[in-house]
Amino acid sequence: MVDKILVWVDERLGLTGIYNTVFDRKIPKTNWWFTLGSASLFLFVLQGLTGMFLAVYYVPSPDHAYNSVQYIMDGVAFGWLIRGIHHWGASAMVVVVFIHMLRTFYYAAYKYPREITWLTGVLLLLATLGMGFTGYLLPWNQRAYWATTVGTEIAATAPFIGDFILRVLRGGYDLSAVTLARFFAVHIWFLPAIMAALIGVHLYLVIRVGISAIPKEDE
Amino acid sequence: MKVVLAFLGTVMGAVVGLPAISYLISPAARVQKKEAWIPLGPLENYPVEVPTPFSFTRTTVNGWEKTVNSHGAYVVRKGGNELKVYSNMCTHLSCRVTWKDDLHEYICPCHDGHFDAEGRVALGPPPQPLYEYETKIEAGNLFIHFVEG
Repeated sequence: MVDKILVWVDERLGLTGIYNTVFDRKIPKTNWWFTLGSASLFLFVLQGLTGMFLAVYYVPSPDHAYNSVQYIMDGVAFGWLIRGIHHWGASAMVVVVFIHMLRTFYYAAYKYPREITWLTGVLLLLATLGMGFTGYLLPWNQRAYWATTVGTEIAATAPFIGDFILRVLRGGYDLSAVTLARFFAVHIWFLPAIMAALIGVHLYLVIRVGISAIPKEDE
Repeated sequence: MKVVLAFLGTVMGAVVGLPAISYLISPAARVQKKEAWIPLGPLENYPVEVPTPFSFTRTTVNGWEKTVNSHGAYVVRKGGNELKVYSNMCTHLSCRVTWKDDLHEYICPCHDGHFDAEGRVALGPPPQPLYEYETKIEAGNLFIHFVEG
């Protein structure tokens, strides 16, 4: 019965075809370093899911941001767990994505015909760092406030346009409610949307042009 | 093999799913019962046989902030220490009723519910009469027993 339903669905959706293309494709001999891309994707999904749950209670306003985070920690069942996973998952993601880039670099896997895979990967690394930077402000505690003060001041040291960048980042001269709101918007809408699109291209290319083998000694 | 997989799948689903569901329904699971005696001031402030409105607020902590809710009541003195206090909350869908002197009825503006002077349903969709507060009089002051939740 179940088999019949599966066959019926598969006949219409072509799931077997997708499965074979995505999971049963031919790959060269690999090692454990080749799992970091999947690990990055897993962490992206994990951050997305825990982030959705945090957004149920979090309020991006200076009046309520800190208290709403305290409420998640003390007032909501398993709030500490969801926030803890999001907090540590963020650090883990930066580390994993970075090591994923190192593997690609040391195995010279960025060369023809995989340049665009590499380029989208670079953008994904930058977006991941952007997620870390914008997410760090959201708890609206002393560390968040001063880290963002310092981070935006560093951006302001850019020659000529530094001052302008600072005002764009903060939404004015001061680190204010406007800053918190725009960091929140970038953190939950702009960057995730950009990353989802880039991951789509990245994965499409991994399937289309494949992954490179581990370089041999004489290469 | 299939049994082991099904068992492990159930365990993993529960480990992930139960905290997630608890997290979402957590505020709903916390029902605070609120009750207090609300002072309405000296009894002689309320005229006899004229439904007189009285309003008060109750403050609750919801999540990360305080919520202030307004409540209203109509005090109807029958003379002496005899009186009735009706909630102004319509029993249909919780809109607020107003006493109309010309009609001699409480009217709910939302779905045209009518209650007579004794709080009984006179017309419209309300399923029950207006809620009547328990009252007490201490040293000439009127109190109503407010219960919620």
